[in-house]
Amino acid sequence: MRIKKGIPLIDQHDKNFMYGGKFGGNFIPETLKKPIDDLTKLFAKLRKDEKFIKERDYYFKSYIGAPTPFIKLENLTNYLGGAQIYAKVVSEANGGAHKIYNATVHCLIAKRAGKKFIVGDTGAGYAGKMLSMAAKKFGLKCKIFMGAKDIKRQRPNVEAIKKNGATIVPVTSGSQTLVDAVSECMRYWVANNDTTNMCVGSTVGPNIFIKICAWSTAQISRELIEQIKDEFGRIPKKIKLLNCVGGGSSAMGFWNEFMDSDAEFIGIEAGGPKNSNLHAAPLTNGSKIGILHGAAQYVIQDKEGQIGTTESISAGLDYPGISPLHCFLKDSKRAKYTSATDEEALKAYRLVSKLEKISPSLEPSHAFAEAIKIAPKLKSSDIIIVNSCGDSLKDKDIIKKKLGSYIR
Amino acid sequence: MKSNIAVTFENCKKENRAALITYTVAGDNTKNISLKILNSISKHADILELGFPHNTPIADGGQIQGSSYRALKNGIKLQNVFQIVKKFKRYNPNKPLILMGYFNLVYQCGENNFLKKCKSSGVDGLIIVDLPFPENKNFAYKCKKNSINFIQLLSPTTPIKRVKKIINVSHDMLYYISMLSTTGGKLKVSPKNILKNYNRIKKINRKKNIVIGFGITNKTIASLKKADGLVVGSQLCKTITNSLKKRLNTAKVLDNMVYNLKKKII
Repeated sequence: MRIKKGIPLIDQHDKNFMYGGKFGGNFIPETLKKPIDDLTKLFAKLRKDEKFIKERDYYFKSYIGAPTPFIKLENLTNYLGGAQIYAKVVSEANGGAHKIYNATVHCLIAKRAGKKFIVGDTGAGYAGKMLSMAAKKFGLKCKIFMGAKDIKRQRPNVEAIKKNGATIVPVTSGSQTLVDAVSECMRYWVANNDTTNMCVGSTVGPNIFIKICAWSTAQISRELIEQIKDEFGRIPKKIKLLNCVGGGSSAMGFWNEFMDSDAEFIGIEAGGPKNSNLHAAPLTNGSKIGILHGAAQYVIQDKEGQIGTTESISAGLDYPGISPLHCFLKDSKRAKYTSATDEEALKAYRLVSKLEKISPSLEPSHAFAEAIKIAPKLKSSDIIIVNSCGDSLKDKDIIKKKLGSYIR
Repeated sequence: MKSNIAVTFENCKKENRAALITYTVAGDNTKNISLKILNSISKHADILELGFPHNTPIADGGQIQGSSYRALKNGIKLQNVFQIVKKFKRYNPNKPLILMGYFNLVYQCGENNFLKKCKSSGVDGLIIVDLPFPENKNFAYKCKKNSINFIQLLSPTTPIKRVKKIINVSHDMLYYISMLSTTGGKLKVSPKNILKNYNRIKKINRKKNIVIGFGITNKTIASLKKADGLVVGSQLCKTITNSLKKRLNTAKVLDNMVYNLKKKII
């Protein structure tokens, strides 16, 4: 399996929308064929529409606040010794995470499609918060599907969603987390696609949602590549881009523009509690390919194909599947994947928050854990950049419970 | 040789009535009870759909989710599903039985292996909810080679050009989804309009047997009886839920319910 140069990764699928002949596709009920087909055609047109691109760029700048900062973590670098550590502080985007890019683009598309309603799923609550924000901004009515367990553990984002005037639909089936929220949201769309557009919160689901999401978050690397050139004069030879992966939307955005460069990609999955068999790391732990939410991907499942239970301290990574794009990157050996445990993530959160001005949420803390692990073994000519794609504020309750105190 | 499904539709047509098709979930709430249910309702139903449960069903409403959940909780495995079919078919060899479920279970089992198991247990047809045309071309072809009906779905959102293509590749039965809904939704389109859409599709090839499903209950079934066949699923699952709660004899309650459904369309 190989990645082609010069072609956007999202377009490297065959006629059945499969990447590498194995990942992705559209495993969907007949009722969704037409709406997905319509959305696919509309998006193909809009991608080439200069007016639409201008509109996107306008909102990315004036509404989201592009570009987000790119900073050196001097204290962390000195503390660890070894590689130079930088952060792309995507949590500075309006709303506090990368999910705003996808949400904004989906709302712009919904407007073009003449739809008045938009629905979406959420795990950590960011995708839901951003969609509700963007929906309010663009005058769309919004419904957010969220697992009952996540509603309890991500209170600040839940309150934000409500404040934005969106309806939260608690999902009480199955594990009551992201996987069930996505299922329930899809079911809702099956029943209401005549009036409603759906926004899938990550680079998962039927192909078109993977495309729209990765195309939207690519803004992160478009900015970063310029910021790197400003800082170093060129793209340094030994550069590692570290990003946590749950569904994989922030990593796709963080890596996209570097696809044809020498930059090394490292994805960090959620390893779950230490000494537990439960995790959310299908790539690291050799899960088999299966179908989840309309796409073929490596997915945590039993022998029969029942989707497995996952556990992670970070609601945003607590998902049994992974974007087909990341499966493609893994099997073509373009990216490497590893995992960090709950405990490692918590430690990383504390260290970074103590030493630096930023305070990563538990999702990017998984990526920082890997940076902390590898930096001392590297030389000062090595560059590590971590995508700090969320702020710890939303995890205040969990952190307090686990560590006894919360710093930011 | 004609399939059991084709023969059943012919017989119903001779009697000038719609075929009654039921849907229950294998292992709901135990293997034995679900087999007993099949045995008792098969006296009245013309075709039996049997769900093989999946824990991430993206097109099922609450009732069928509940049934699947109960079955999985009691440990149902694919192997048990085929055992149930085999036991049922031993005494009812000519009664068509259709397995319905999601593709991941077929995929993990292996397409060829799955079909082999279907064949040896006596499965007459398959409905794979998340394997639409044209992605299903290969698998549908394999089914045909094994004399198993692959049942294509049509929905109100399917454009007429696509409907024609799907009808062209279809086997002995097609399934028309009455409205935009997951299974078990309240009928939000009038029966008159459903039949209007249905007839538009039927006109393309009158010989094809097209059944209507989704949202059909004992209250609505009579108004749709002009169709080739009608599927009742969620209402049966709901009835199972209620009879379990009240500790009634589930098979007997279902027997009664299906008997009454049948009465309404003959």
